[in-house]
This record gives sequence, structure tokens and C-alpha cells, in this order.
Amino acid sequence: MVTAIFLAFVAFIVGLSVQLGRKTKTSSGYYAAGGQIHWFVNGIAFAGDYLSAASFLGICGLIATQGYDGFLYSIGYLAGWVVALFVIAEPLRRLGRYTFADAVDAPFNSKGIQLAAAISTLVVSLCYLIPQMVGAGVLVEPLLGMPHHWGVIMVGGIVMVIVATAGMASTTYVQFLKGGLLIIFSLVLVVAVCRRGLSTAPDQGGSVPFHRHKTIPLVQEDAKTLTAPSSGLAVSEIVTTPLGEKFAKLGKSGISTWWRVDSREDGESFIARETECLVRKADGTRLVNGIPESPVNKIRQVGSLASIAGEPNASTGPVSPVGLIAAIGASGTKVTRWKESRFTDAEGSAVTVYHPSETDGSRLLRPGMRFKVNGTWLERLDFASLMLGLFLGTAALPHILIRYYTVPGAKEARKSTIVAIAAIGAFYVLTLFMGLGAMTSGVLNPADSNMAAPLLARSFGDLLFAFISAIAFATVLGTVSGLVVAASGAVAHDLADRYLALSLSDSSKILLGKIAALGVGAVGIALGIVFKGMNVTFLVGLAFAVAASANLPAIIMILFWPKVTSAGVIASITVGMISSLGLIALCPDMWGLYGLPASQAPIPFSNPGIVSIPLSFVTLVMVSLISSKPNQGA
Amino acid sequence: MLHEPANRDTAPDLAAGYKSKLGLILFFAYAVMYAGFVIINLTNPEMMEITVLWGINLAVVYGFGLILAALGLALAYDSLCRKREEAR
Repeated sequence: MVTAIFLAFVAFIVGLSVQLGRKTKTSSGYYAAGGQIHWFVNGIAFAGDYLSAASFLGICGLIATQGYDGFLYSIGYLAGWVVALFVIAEPLRRLGRYTFADAVDAPFNSKGIQLAAAISTLVVSLCYLIPQMVGAGVLVEPLLGMPHHWGVIMVGGIVMVIVATAGMASTTYVQFLKGGLLIIFSLVLVVAVCRRGLSTAPDQGGSVPFHRHKTIPLVQEDAKTLTAPSSGLAVSEIVTTPLGEKFAKLGKSGISTWWRVDSREDGESFIARETECLVRKADGTRLVNGIPESPVNKIRQVGSLASIAGEPNASTGPVSPVGLIAAIGASGTKVTRWKESRFTDAEGSAVTVYHPSETDGSRLLRPGMRFKVNGTWLERLDFASLMLGLFLGTAALPHILIRYYTVPGAKEARKSTIVAIAAIGAFYVLTLFMGLGAMTSGVLNPADSNMAAPLLARSFGDLLFAFISAIAFATVLGTVSGLVVAASGAVAHDLADRYLALSLSDSSKILLGKIAALGVGAVGIALGIVFKGMNVTFLVGLAFAVAASANLPAIIMILFWPKVTSAGVIASITVGMISSLGLIALCPDMWGLYGLPASQAPIPFSNPGIVSIPLSFVTLVMVSLISSKPNQGA
Repeated sequence: MLHEPANRDTAPDLAAGYKSKLGLILFFAYAVMYAGFVIINLTNPEMMEITVLWGINLAVVYGFGLILAALGLALAYDSLCRKREEAR
């Protein structure tokens, strides 16, 4: 049934797209839906565009694993709309026709600006495309049993069909539908979480018995030998990771599993904590908790409360949303969280261990689990940089900017932005409850935080899971469609039509846009496969930083500083784009992706905005001042 | 589908200057609130753990407050813009 609902939903979206495609006859219709979308529809479509895989999958996953730090993304993403409404919406609508390049080039008619803005649009769209594609693979893997890369290819293929059939009109109505359904079903999920309440032994409504991971005492025989006499398990190997974590291989009757070794408070005796472990043997065999992996033997779902207000065996019963947060933050409430460690055992097998630890609920409800707000000044700077990038990035995203041209005028642009703020704000409030619900309901896949929200839905039955998964998939489809339209507009409209002045007929512009959409879709598929495994919200945060660095300074200064020159705009876009991409390429997270030690990355922080955004502004001002007297145009 | 006639913006917007100024004022007001949130987190993150309302800590209240403030300011902005547009 899950698969049937999912496929029916996808078929409906593609069918709607084809139907709307028949009405698209002009380039204005293809790139801007003819400027005829109602402001309310456009506002919800804004929400559909914006509430991407990062918002639904990534933020819920981050809150479920890192607590409040995931919610910081919700706050930052929503705050960005304030910039969009108060500073950008109406003036931008008055400036341009179809694209970001149109808007920044409007006062100058400069070839250089057309080229720089088109490249920037392409780069930002591709940066934003990566997490969407990664999210697609994440969703399809458990839902349809396909490998990650097939999920990415499937999304890319469907999006190419959607965009190649109708462009912005179909994208808008798909986004309207998806945005509305996402908010409605997220509300349903939060109501369900509150009605079920919290428990220290969550059993997914009775459908999955809660597995309480064991703790057993270890006895130290000599300096190198530990035994577990009371459990009947024999210790055959002990491994210490570079981070100092100690794991013991305990076995009985030919089945061996890995346990984490902790010192007791006296510092002299030890305990072993049961983990979830995956062993990949050299011959390709995969063992889950000591037994060959199979559909019935997989890594268990985890995430629960170890105690509620000091009680180790307790449940709250139905709670209000406020009561849910208060119970998790109450004194004595502890949450069991899961960490991943990897090492190679004595037989040469690759071992991945997911092991538990308890954290105070109150600690999880304030920043600091992911972002080191108590850390060094560089770590704090990284946090400030992220929040700056989120605040300024929204108003510079090409697929958001083009939506200002789908409404009839500037007033409608303003009104649709307010609808977007209401819809997006409501959704982001819900993310906190969904994330906390997933954190405490025993539904988390410790290997992949991105599936937190769909798995939470599955704990309430297959029907809700099917709808939530289908909507999440449509979320990816819709956002990718919007990005591909924006990117194809950069190629066909900004580069071919305006920069190269190819004098294309209206039908040729549409054809070129569709060909560009196929190319961008193909690149997106490749990148989605390469970046598998990275948290989608983190990746989106980087895309925001690139957008805020490359695009926003130019837009703001054109609107509010009369001395800006075309040379200043070109320099600002170029410097913002190159500096942000360069800082990201050299940051610790990317170093990890390259397979190098993150600590050796040349740039010690991961979010470039605090450097690249001011740099782009300063560049624009300096180059404008230098170039204004001798030559006003470029 | 809810379609509107295309390109209504044929006449110059006489309220544009007022709206632009108002937008900047509201933007800076919100930016101060947002900056306050970031600064507290950077300088005194433990403060965010203080329970302030109905058993909920400052971090959650401030976070929800920022979301609600965005909507409140947006509605106020729209109301003031419409009044000025209708007056012209």
C-alpha cells in the first residue's frame, strides 16, 4: 500500500505537469508562468519551493539527533524571509522580468553583469541541488528498496520530465500542492506525537517492542584482559579508537557483538554497554549484531528517553505541545542519544558501531550540541557565520527570486511573501515537535538522521508513512524543479538570449531552456550520488552562504546605493562566489569528504558567510568608487 | 486555477519611497532581535537554558518569538503599505 500511494502521488504530479504543459506557449509562460499566478497560490508555492528536503528531512533529522541546534536552521531560514519582504520583494519585482540577472542588470545593460549573474545563478542552483538530490536518494532507499543512486536518478528523471513539459507554471502548481500538503500532514504528525505522549520504553504504538540495550559489568583480570563472567559472554578483542573510545568484542555460541567499554565512577572497574553494530567482512558478508544482515535483521531503530523527571520507567500520556517540550526539558529528564564510531577489527573487517549515551533533556533544548557555542573563538565564529548566511541567503536564492516574476505586480509580490512567511513559519514551528518526537519515539535510524520524520510517521502506521514519504518526495521534486527552471533560465535567457544575443525565436528560447534543464538535471544527478551520506541541512546551509555572498550584495546595493557601477556589481558577484566556494572547498567538512583528516583542513571553520559576504560588499563599494569617475559603464 | 491579469504595474508606484523606508526600519528592528539571539548564544549560552514560561526555556521561547515576530512585522508592514497605497 505504501508503494502504491507513493507511486500514485508521483504519477499525479507528473500528470498535472503534462496537463499544464499544454498551456505553455511562450517564453514568459515557461520562465515566469506568464506573470499570472495569484498571490496566495504563489505564497504557498514559495513555501513549497523553500520547504525543501533540507527543511523537512534535514532539520527534523538534526533536531532528532542534535536537539535545539537543528532548530537554529528553522529560525535562520525563516528570518531570511524578513530580508526578502522588507528589502527585496517589491523593488526587485519592479526591476526585472524573469531572472536574477535581469534584475541586477536592469540599470546597466552590461554584458559583464549578464555573464556573472548567469554563472552565479547556475552555481548557486547547483549547490542547492546537491542536498535535494541526496535527500531523494535517502527517501527512496527505504521506501522502494532501491539503492541510493537509483533514487537520485529517479528524481532527476522525473524532474526533467516536469520541467521539460511546462516550466514555471507546472512547477508553481506542484509547489502549491506540495507546500499545502506538507504543512497539513506535518500538523497531523505533531498532533499524533502529542496524543501518544512520551515514554521511557517507546514501542511505536505497540507495533515494535522496545529493546532496552543492556549494560553488564566487566572484570579486569590484568592490565590487558577484561572478562564478563556474570553474562556468560567471552571477551575476544578490545579496540581503542583514535578518539579514545574503547570497544570490546563479546561472544557466545559463535555470535559476537561489539560493546562499548566505560569506566565506572570509581575509575577502577568497568562496564560494557550493548551497541548496534555492523561488520563488513573482507568477503563482502555483512553482519548486523553478529548475525547476517537480512530484511528481518537490520540495525534497530533507536532514540528514547532514559528517564522522565528522574523516573527511569515512566510515561506522560497525551501531552500538549508545550507540555512535550517542558517534559523533555524538565530536571531529571535524560535522553539516550546514539553516536557512530568506525574501526577495523583484528580480522580486517570494517566495523561500524552505534553506541548510546545519556544527555540531559535541558541541555538538548539549548544550542551547543552541534555548534560549539562554548568553544574556541573560531568555533563561535563558525556559528555566527552560519546564522549570518541563513539570514541573508534566502533573499538571494535564484529559485526564490524568479518567483517574484510569476505574479502580476509588486503588490502581489509583497502579499505572496507574507503568505509565504505565515506558511513557512508555521511549518518551522512544527519541525521542533517532529524532531523531538523522533528523538524520543524509538524510530531513528542511527545510520541516517535524514529519515527521522518519515520514520516517525511510520510509527503511526503505514498510511501516514506513505503520505509523508510521498509528500517528502514531492518536496524534493518540487524544489529540484524550481532550481532546474532557475538554472535553465540562466543558460537560455541570461546567457544565450541576452549575453550572446543569439536573437532566438520564442519557441527556440523554450527549446533551449528545456535542453538546459536536461543538462542541469544530469549534473544534479551526478552530484547527488557523489555527496551521499552528508546531512542535507548542512549542505543547504552552504548553498545559502554562496547565494548570500554572490548575489545579495549586488541586489541590495543596486536598490539602495546610487553610486554602484556595473564594474562593482561584476566584481562583487565574482568575488562573493569564488571566495565562498573556495572557503567551502577548504573547510573541515569537505576535508572529511575528501577522505582527509578534518583537523588538517586549511580553513578552520565550515561556514564561509562571515568572511565572504562582507568581502563581497566591500569589493562592490571599492570597485564602484574606483570605476565611477573614469568610466560609468563596463 | 486562481489566475490574475498579467502585468498590472503600468503606473508608477507613488508609495514606493514610503514602503522602501518602512521596509528598512522594520528590517533593522528585526535584525536587532535576531542579532540579540545570536549574541546571547555566543556569549552566554547557559542563559538559554533558563526556564522563562510554562516550563519552557529561553532558547525555545526566543526562537518561537523570532518566528512570530517575523509574521507580526510582515502583517504590520502590509497593513501600513496598503493604507499608503490607498491614500495615493
